[in-house]
Amino acid sequence: MNSVVKGTSYILAHTPDMVLQNGVTQTNERIINPESEYLKKVPEHLRSYEDALAYYPNQVYIGNYDPEVLDDLPMPWHDKKAEKAERFGHFGEIMPQEEFFLMMKVVDDFDLVQLDKDFIAEYKEKFAENPIVSEFMMGRLGEGKDAADIKRLVEEEHSEKLMHNHKLVGCIKRAHDIDVNLSAHVMIENIVSKASAVIALAHGIKNTEGIEAGDVEYVIDCCEEACGDANQRGGGNFAKSIGEIVQLKNATGSDTRSFCAGPSHAIVEAASLVKAGVYKNVAVVAGGSTAKLGMNGKDHVAKELPILEDMVGGFCVIIGEDDLKSPIIDLAHIGRHTIGTGSAPQAVMTALVSNPLESAGLTTKDVDKYSPEMQNPDITMPAGAGNVPEANLKMIGALSVKMGWLDRKELPNFIKEHGIKGYAPTQGHIPSGVPYVGYARENIVSGKMQRVMIIGKGSLFLGRLTNLFDGISFMLIPNTGEAEETGVSKDTIRKLIAESLRDFAGSLVTEEN
Amino acid sequence: MDLENQKRVLSFAEELGAENVVVLVGAADAEGAGLAAETVEAGDPTYAGPLTGVSLGLACYHVCEPVVKEEFDEAIYEEQVSMMEMVLDVDEIVEEMEDIRGEYCKYC
Repeated sequence: MNSVVKGTSYILAHTPDMVLQNGVTQTNERIINPESEYLKKVPEHLRSYEDALAYYPNQVYIGNYDPEVLDDLPMPWHDKKAEKAERFGHFGEIMPQEEFFLMMKVVDDFDLVQLDKDFIAEYKEKFAENPIVSEFMMGRLGEGKDAADIKRLVEEEHSEKLMHNHKLVGCIKRAHDIDVNLSAHVMIENIVSKASAVIALAHGIKNTEGIEAGDVEYVIDCCEEACGDANQRGGGNFAKSIGEIVQLKNATGSDTRSFCAGPSHAIVEAASLVKAGVYKNVAVVAGGSTAKLGMNGKDHVAKELPILEDMVGGFCVIIGEDDLKSPIIDLAHIGRHTIGTGSAPQAVMTALVSNPLESAGLTTKDVDKYSPEMQNPDITMPAGAGNVPEANLKMIGALSVKMGWLDRKELPNFIKEHGIKGYAPTQGHIPSGVPYVGYARENIVSGKMQRVMIIGKGSLFLGRLTNLFDGISFMLIPNTGEAEETGVSKDTIRKLIAESLRDFAGSLVTEEN
Repeated sequence: MDLENQKRVLSFAEELGAENVVVLVGAADAEGAGLAAETVEAGDPTYAGPLTGVSLGLACYHVCEPVVKEEFDEAIYEEQVSMMEMVLDVDEIVEEMEDIRGEYCKYC
């Protein structure tokens, strides 16, 4: 049976204070040069929640504007205000920092997140109004601590600060006195990832027709964090810890990692598990990264721009058995970057794009839209990192010319017609291919599109174990509404019986002779 | 340029002698290629990495520069680089790299 994309969610949390407290660019600067001019300027460049809501790429990410809106929006985008500046979109939401801190408390099982009791009291009611916040979650929130206790934990116990509007409102304690894998710094990264993944998973369940929490049988987490202690750094399992908070009581799960290519690997794995009949419904989920907050902050500040990397991202894709309606994940034509592929861009694109198309008897023109690395160029271009999705489309176009599928003159039009403007926050695995799965699902179901290719790419050298590159691509195709034949048809059985009887009759004749 | 890469470049230059090291970059645009070249020739312009204030003056080229292309086996270049050559603004990259070498390179 085919596996299909039954539903998706895309969520953001606006965390401006975390940019300064937890983003690696800023924390490194604090070590190297604590009195730096840059650190002093950061607060002046942080956006308000309202500005983050009015930012077009954020609204596209949560589903309030189709990505096409960006085609006609002149760059830069940060100085344009979206008319629809709403918290909720049909894919998810943009959660404000104060409620995100409460969610961090909700997901904490080891009493590591400590929030000021006045802070909890102030935002508890608003938090409870969110349709994805369950009674079970509210029951885990607690009453909070005295401000003096939090101050002491920060000053005497190496706890990481949680600041809101530059004021101390909580902290994350270390989970072990000497194990660096459980330090407050690592725990905040993992708890933020878990909390944002919980929001994404809860929205994913809510957005998926005919699916309840109890229907999900497996969860795959594909973020870029690692949880474990000194004896098993990265032992896992984020997936089950996330499913627990959303009460997926019938699900088990595990983590898949491959830097930014993780989500695409996870979707192919989930689709394969469903197709093999192991699980009926699988949730692929990932939360965001505090480390990457303000990653390009120095360039943004130097160019007098707001720090645009103030969003923690998350997503969820629910993959299930064929419902004869939702787009099919075409597992027969997966693009794979193998160990022998090499890391030259040409070799990578051949492996990920032209090889699977060729094997399907198609060309690059047969794919309506390509979703490669969907990093928002409004963030990357001022930092000298170029326009990543556009660069990918140029490469696909150039590859098409080399394959003889496209005339060189058609290149500019090809890039425009088959590309999508990047709109995802630069949170590593979050932009890599998956942001468009939600829109692809809708456009394929409506008949607007026939084929969409999702391309995940990962830079494995960052782990310093290999210089290999990584990537995996898959295509979403329309559901014909007819169930795939999984067994042997009646005609085949009749034919087989007839053949056996004929052979048997033949053998009788031979024996008689 | 990535701080770890700066460290590796510095260590190669110390180990082999700056005059014996050529840095080959493959950045997708002139600005990125120029930044890398400036880092290994004049020093880290962002003042963040090990090459801050260290002017190695290394010979640094982009893989799409004609002088580098000539050194390659044609078939391998066709297989590995020609697609990117079609995508990149090679003239702009060449101009940027030549400017930086003209100003800072000690071994060109």
